[in-house]
Amino acid sequence: MSKINLTCIECPIGCNIEVEMVDGKPVSITGNSCPRGKLYAENEVVCPKRVVTSTVRATNGVLVPVKTDKPIKKSEMFEVMKKINQTTCKLPVKIGDILVENISDDANLVATGNA
Amino acid sequence: MKNSYDIVIIGGGPAGLAAAISAYDEGTKDILILEREDRLGGILNQCIHNGFGLTRFKESLSGPEYASRFIDEVLARNIEVLTQTTVLSLTKDKKITAINTEYGVFTVQAKAVILAMGCRERSRGALNVAGSRPAGIYSAGTAQKYVNIKGYMPGKSVVILGSGDIGLIMARRMTLEGAKVHAVCEIMPYSSGLKRNIAQCLDDFGIPLYLNHTITKIEGDKRVTGVVISKVDENKKPIAGTEMHFDCDTVLFSVGLIPENELTKDAEITLSPRTRGAVVYQNRETLVDGVFACGNVLQVHDLVDFVSEESELAGKSASKYVQEGSKIRDEVEVVNGKNIGYVVPQRLDKNLQGNVKLFFRVTNTFRDCTITAKCGDTVLLQRKKKIVVPGEMETLLLTDAKIAQASGKIEVVLEENV
Repeated sequence: MSKINLTCIECPIGCNIEVEMVDGKPVSITGNSCPRGKLYAENEVVCPKRVVTSTVRATNGVLVPVKTDKPIKKSEMFEVMKKINQTTCKLPVKIGDILVENISDDANLVATGNA
Repeated sequence: MKNSYDIVIIGGGPAGLAAAISAYDEGTKDILILEREDRLGGILNQCIHNGFGLTRFKESLSGPEYASRFIDEVLARNIEVLTQTTVLSLTKDKKITAINTEYGVFTVQAKAVILAMGCRERSRGALNVAGSRPAGIYSAGTAQKYVNIKGYMPGKSVVILGSGDIGLIMARRMTLEGAKVHAVCEIMPYSSGLKRNIAQCLDDFGIPLYLNHTITKIEGDKRVTGVVISKVDENKKPIAGTEMHFDCDTVLFSVGLIPENELTKDAEITLSPRTRGAVVYQNRETLVDGVFACGNVLQVHDLVDFVSEESELAGKSASKYVQEGSKIRDEVEVVNGKNIGYVVPQRLDKNLQGNVKLFFRVTNTFRDCTITAKCGDTVLLQRKKKIVVPGEMETLLLTDAKIAQASGKIEVVLEENV
């Protein structure tokens, strides 16, 4: 059995979560103060995922803020950044517009600002 | 544009937007928002990372997404907005002089004014960091604007001084855009940023955080070529022999925010030396009748959700003031006692009804402690805390009944449990 200590990133409280692992699987999660924290810890010890936020340059030069609409594998972050920086879009763009479908891991790249 | 309005709001960021909506919904519809940038939203426009709105909307939004929820509400109410308009001065009798390219210099008279100018970053000059003045030194927020709004990178090889949230966010942002961030150094023994930002902005990318360290020298002639960082002792003095050298082309400062109160001083509105924002009553009215303040111009908040909440209170109060005028007060002073850095509001008016949330920061990290609000020897409220840190704002809720018991002065103190 091994123990993994995590800082939860789900909200500004930042709970210290302790996960007990047996055979590479979480068997006990303590320290979280909400269900989101438990879910975060379960995923974090198996396959850490993050929402990536960045910008996409529109054809007129304006930057459009974007995010992946789901967390993507942490190990894929730089690969996704590469794809984001190769993407352009035409204005107008509205919050929620999909700029790249399935950029990674079933997640779409969506606009988070109106431009 | 008209010559007079019931309410003029200075600043169209999160504070001004929320104040406008709540003032309108409280019945005062003759409102003007003055914003110096070319669009509403304030600093949120450049905060493209997520994590906003968890308290208010129960979802994780980016800055522009959070802002748009309020901008849409303002537009739906047809509230008048002037962008690219800079306010030049404010007087005690609520005359506002501003300038833009459409009207030139103009003056409007307000029945009530809401100060919502936000804050600005402390600069290198405020810290007296030694070295020459090469290119490549930015505040973290300036770098954020370059990367997220203008679309160019201020540098490739970065050292960050100060572990405030903007610095941590920029460590991650510049790393994702291909820069190498060598280190974040923090003169205090703790980070002033959120724990989750240490985890997801530094730890995720293996960026080291050096606590009890500061930059002691910036090298370079035309461009930054490197920095020296040193460990500091308990008096924050650099310790000889602990120097570490980093080659870099960019230095970011993330060393705190200061409420932007030049206009407030103009109008001779009393400021608190503690918060550097106006002294206010619980309705967010300053000591000048009919002038209200909210958001980061009043006290630097950790979360925009709380800025919105405070600004709604200010908007509602300003609307009431327009409709009902000023009233006789029954005042109690609120002061920060032992181990407490500041308390907002600094005054309670017992004639105003309702419970009051006191906002404050502690001066150091404390474990197992008790926070008390008291009047002389009378304890109004007491709360035990396992851990408190200066980076996180704390609150105490004083009920109507407790406030009725208070007289003279309420003191908030923190005692360590033995």
